[in-house]
Amino acid sequence: MLDNSIWPAKDYSRVPFRLYHDQEVYDLERERIWRGPLWSFLGLEAEVPKIGDFRTSFIGDIPVVYNRGDDGKVYGFVNRCAHRGSTVRREAYGNAADHTCIYHRWCYDKKGGLIGVPFRRGVKGQGGLDPAFDQAQHGLETIRIESWHGILFATFSDKVEPLEQYLGGPMSNMLARIMARPVKVLGYQRQRIKGNWKLYCENTRDQYHGSLLHQFHMKFGITRVTQKGGAWMDTRHRHSISYTREDTDAQDSAQAIAAYADQKVAESDFQLKDQGILGYKQEFDDGVSLAICSIFPNGTFQQIRNSMAARQVRPRGMDEFELYWTIFGYEGDDEELEMHRLLQTNMIGPAGFISMEDGEAVEIAHRATMLEGEACSIIEMGGGGKIPDEITFKVSDVPLRGFWSYYAELMGIEPEGGIR
Amino acid sequence: MIASEKRDAIADLMAEYAYRIDRDKLEDWVNLFTEDCLYKVVPRENVAQGLPGVLLICLNRNMVHDRVTSLRVANEYNIHVDRHVIGAPRLTAQADGSVRAESNYALFQTNQEGESWLFSVGCYEDVIVFQGGKALFKERVVIVDTYAIPNLLATPI
Ligand code: FES
Ligand SMILES: [Fe+2]
Repeated sequence: MLDNSIWPAKDYSRVPFRLYHDQEVYDLERERIWRGPLWSFLGLEAEVPKIGDFRTSFIGDIPVVYNRGDDGKVYGFVNRCAHRGSTVRREAYGNAADHTCIYHRWCYDKKGGLIGVPFRRGVKGQGGLDPAFDQAQHGLETIRIESWHGILFATFSDKVEPLEQYLGGPMSNMLARIMARPVKVLGYQRQRIKGNWKLYCENTRDQYHGSLLHQFHMKFGITRVTQKGGAWMDTRHRHSISYTREDTDAQDSAQAIAAYADQKVAESDFQLKDQGILGYKQEFDDGVSLAICSIFPNGTFQQIRNSMAARQVRPRGMDEFELYWTIFGYEGDDEELEMHRLLQTNMIGPAGFISMEDGEAVEIAHRATMLEGEACSIIEMGGGGKIPDEITFKVSDVPLRGFWSYYAELMGIEPEGGIR
Repeated sequence: MIASEKRDAIADLMAEYAYRIDRDKLEDWVNLFTEDCLYKVVPRENVAQGLPGVLLICLNRNMVHDRVTSLRVANEYNIHVDRHVIGAPRLTAQADGSVRAESNYALFQTNQEGESWLFSVGCYEDVIVFQGGKALFKERVVIVDTYAIPNLLATPI
């Protein structure tokens, strides 16, 4: 039985491994997280610019379709035929006036409404549906979609708070900043990681690992722990933005080396033969060169220098998820800037110089925690107790406690006297 | 018509490519590219949609070299060995003396427990040039059918 006694610490500084490995937990997540009172990241408006453009996606492990309706708004539905449950839209993307299931050709409109049932009246008066069968009651299950500056979010819930309020101040502002210009999708990357999806939600909120797991930064002198950075959270602490400001310690690299020496992590003197990948063309005026925006439950938007991408977590059972990367630039980019963004794609994704390790980190954590449901992880970097809205240093994993506190609330397992 | 010396040189190049990756001689693998090479790994879904997005891209041999340096000194990844199986290339002579080659590959990985799996299947689209009787990659575009990458992509395809 899953209940609120599973937490050994009231401030979420201990997370029992069972939460990654229990089928009961996973099944409950479908009901309380993915179908719960929140907004999931779905895709981008730029992916479906024209009426009839559609793409398939996932909310949790629930397959969905989103498409642009005749009124220009984006609509969505669960990709499961109302008749006998087949996948309705098999193609990953395309353009269509309506959606027909191949099995018995039931046909649905862009809003998921049932508009055609072959042989509804039977043949020569024989067979067919009862005249009382109400077509209007047998459409596809719909999802509600809203756009925040071109980013599509979806919900199953009619009790959810408005999207902007759900995102909160810092996240809504940061996403508006990233989406201030019309985006142009450059491509996709996918990776299948054999780990529980929540391990990845923790990973993107964990600034502590940044300079330790990902040695590329340090070995080639790109960023250092003494660089100015931190995290901003919404007041409910469900989302988190990790950021770094450029060049705040450039004049003081002696101090940076000393900081690493203190940690017994030596500054290395490897040099890239081609420095082109490190170039940074400043395109935002706030000096932020790195922003990892983790949106509860399944979205991440990143700016890593000039590399822009969205990441979507798609659970595939409790032991695996797909990480789906959408790489983008902006409509106004010239050829040179677009090539520069592609070059910086080398940093990210499954083959990324500063991200390939995350796949491995998730897999080794998942593997080794499997049989130890009662054992716990330690989340205390940056202190325990009440969770602040802002962290002004980088050696921190405080936002993980925010993630778990909101998770516990949604799952109905908040500890008595929980501190968040 | 492609001279048999060129065909032999191409066969050697293909064999060396697999050998140097699979035997972990990555520093030597770099030398199979020309100085001004293009090496990129592309998900087939991007090619199909006409999108330029890559998994990785090197615009010259220095960048190929940097990838190896990074793997050696900076990156952490799954401990494994690679095994390439590369099909016979389809060759097309170009007016400038270079040869276009298209071949299929299957790349298996094996972990420390001795478990093997198909890591990636796809094709190579190459432009091969000849220097001092040796064939080199002026261009190698790896189009990955298995674009749902199992975990991560570290050692080259
Ligand atoms: S299952 Fe879709 S029409 Fe029958
Ligand atoms: Fe990471």
